[in-house]
Amino acid sequence: MLVIQQLVNGLMLGGVYVMVAVAFTLIIGMLNFLNFTIPALFMFAAVLMYATMMGHLPFGNDLILSIFGTEYRWVAGIIVALVVIALVSLVIERFTYRYMKAKYGDATEHALPLVSSLGFLIIFEHLVVSTWGSDPLTATSPFGQGTFSIDTIIFSVPQIVSLVLSLIVVVMLSVMLKATKLGRALRAIAERPDTAILMGVEVGRIVPVVYVITGLLCAVSGILFTINYATVDAYVGDTVATVAIAGMVLGGLGNVWGAIIGGLFIGMLEVMSIYIVGADFAKLPIWGLLLVLLVFKPTGLFGHTLIGKGKF
Amino acid sequence: MSGYLESQLIILCLSIVYAYGIFLPAASGQLNLGAAGFITLGAYASAWFNASTGAELPIWLSIPLAMIFTGIIAFAISFPILRTRGVYMVLATFAFAEVVSGVAINLEFVGGAAGFPVDDHADVTVIVPVTIAVILFSFYFMSTRLGLSLRSIHDDESVATLFGVNVRTSKVVAFTVGAMLMSLGGSLYGHHYNYIEAQTFNVLLSIYILLYVLMGGTQTAWGPLIGATFFAIVPEALREIAESAGLKWLAEGRFILFGVFIVLLMVFRPEGVMTRTLQDRLGGGLFRRKKPVADDMTGGS
Repeated sequence: MLVIQQLVNGLMLGGVYVMVAVAFTLIIGMLNFLNFTIPALFMFAAVLMYATMMGHLPFGNDLILSIFGTEYRWVAGIIVALVVIALVSLVIERFTYRYMKAKYGDATEHALPLVSSLGFLIIFEHLVVSTWGSDPLTATSPFGQGTFSIDTIIFSVPQIVSLVLSLIVVVMLSVMLKATKLGRALRAIAERPDTAILMGVEVGRIVPVVYVITGLLCAVSGILFTINYATVDAYVGDTVATVAIAGMVLGGLGNVWGAIIGGLFIGMLEVMSIYIVGADFAKLPIWGLLLVLLVFKPTGLFGHTLIGKGKF
Repeated sequence: MSGYLESQLIILCLSIVYAYGIFLPAASGQLNLGAAGFITLGAYASAWFNASTGAELPIWLSIPLAMIFTGIIAFAISFPILRTRGVYMVLATFAFAEVVSGVAINLEFVGGAAGFPVDDHADVTVIVPVTIAVILFSFYFMSTRLGLSLRSIHDDESVATLFGVNVRTSKVVAFTVGAMLMSLGGSLYGHHYNYIEAQTFNVLLSIYILLYVLMGGTQTAWGPLIGATFFAIVPEALREIAESAGLKWLAEGRFILFGVFIVLLMVFRPEGVMTRTLQDRLGGGLFRRKKPVADDMTGGS
């Protein structure tokens, strides 16, 4: 029974990784680069959620309190985090992709977007450290610790809600990719950007949309993280994102469903290895698996070989 | 020399040695995000060879032995890792570093999670000459036929193959020698601070070292030197200026400004600060090649 309980916990943890993994996979699939602003956005959303809920924003706390009251400040937190992250994503798009594209033809030709995104990672981590300090920040969950159990296996209600929510978001995303005009344009860019332009896809207008979508995925994930685990700090994004990267590679770069399965699997692998071999060894199975996978089957479970043909 | 300046000088020297270790593969277009892994290997191996609980060798033997040890491991993993390219190589080296750190934390005979004390001390009179030697070696390395091959692979791999460059050998040598340099840096770190723990060598360290190299520029051997010096000096200088001007927010948030600077640098100088064109322009006749070979093809912006 304890094993099943651990599997359930792993699934819940995987729910956090899923959205971050999908965000990584979207950017790699569409634009062919590893976007290191994703951990920053995840962390920034989580911290904003904390700060709004606990009234620790640098300004505007009284305004939020007077509109939402103490009861519903978590609603304000969600709104603030989503809006700020969407705006920030647009700024990041300008500096990691658009100017490079306009100036040098192909942005992925050099390691440009990679380096710029690392620059943004540094900016956001230090922004948070200099505003809120580098100690862990603890929030009180607005939903308490509701649990229910089926046959001695305990489920936490907020965690179930967030797992379901993250799956719904990702399913909506993949339906959007499959069925809408925007999704078709996105898939065309992923397939071959030059041909997509010839076919009348407005790449300059679609790419910001990709950034905003991935930014919002990170934001939702970060918000759920704050609600579920209650403790955030400036470096929480690094930890989550590195594991999410492993999940993404497992599923295959550029494949949304692969990222979902990979993310859930990595969450379970992490919890199970902590349970079986202890917390000190927990890193080894994940990174060992990733290394072996990259060397012997770099396409992962569901990836296809076109992805990653660009330089970085 | 004051204690503060000396400690800054040590950090600068170590950064430079690390940066050259990443630069050699980067000169052939291979991005290595696993610096922390090789540094960990070097630091732990050298500490163990030196320790009274280990092989009890003197420091001048333990450091070269650690380099050879890291070199063998790097050589062995370079074949599978160099099969991958682009973003896959970034991820594979990164995973390798995480595996090394995971193993180091769990090895009880090198202290495990508690960290490992290092016996012999290496002070500034050792580290500075070694750093200078590393810089000279890298300049020499890049001027050899092999260095030229690396540059040609960086610019266009398929054309390099057509001209008879042995791409795989060049990449393996660059990767291995780079790993040995990082190992040297790691063992100097251990012997200077006399205490190592695997958690110090984390992802952020790998990221920073990669940034030194890419900001400095991968086209010339000046790149890592400029990048590492810049990274070591600018944040400290910003802090000094901000504190003397009484700007507390700037002193605390200087890294924000620094991140902004990285982003802007990539907009204006995508190939890093130092490019071959700039080197020719600055050096005048000193570095000028006898026949100017189509600068506009490789000269960045």
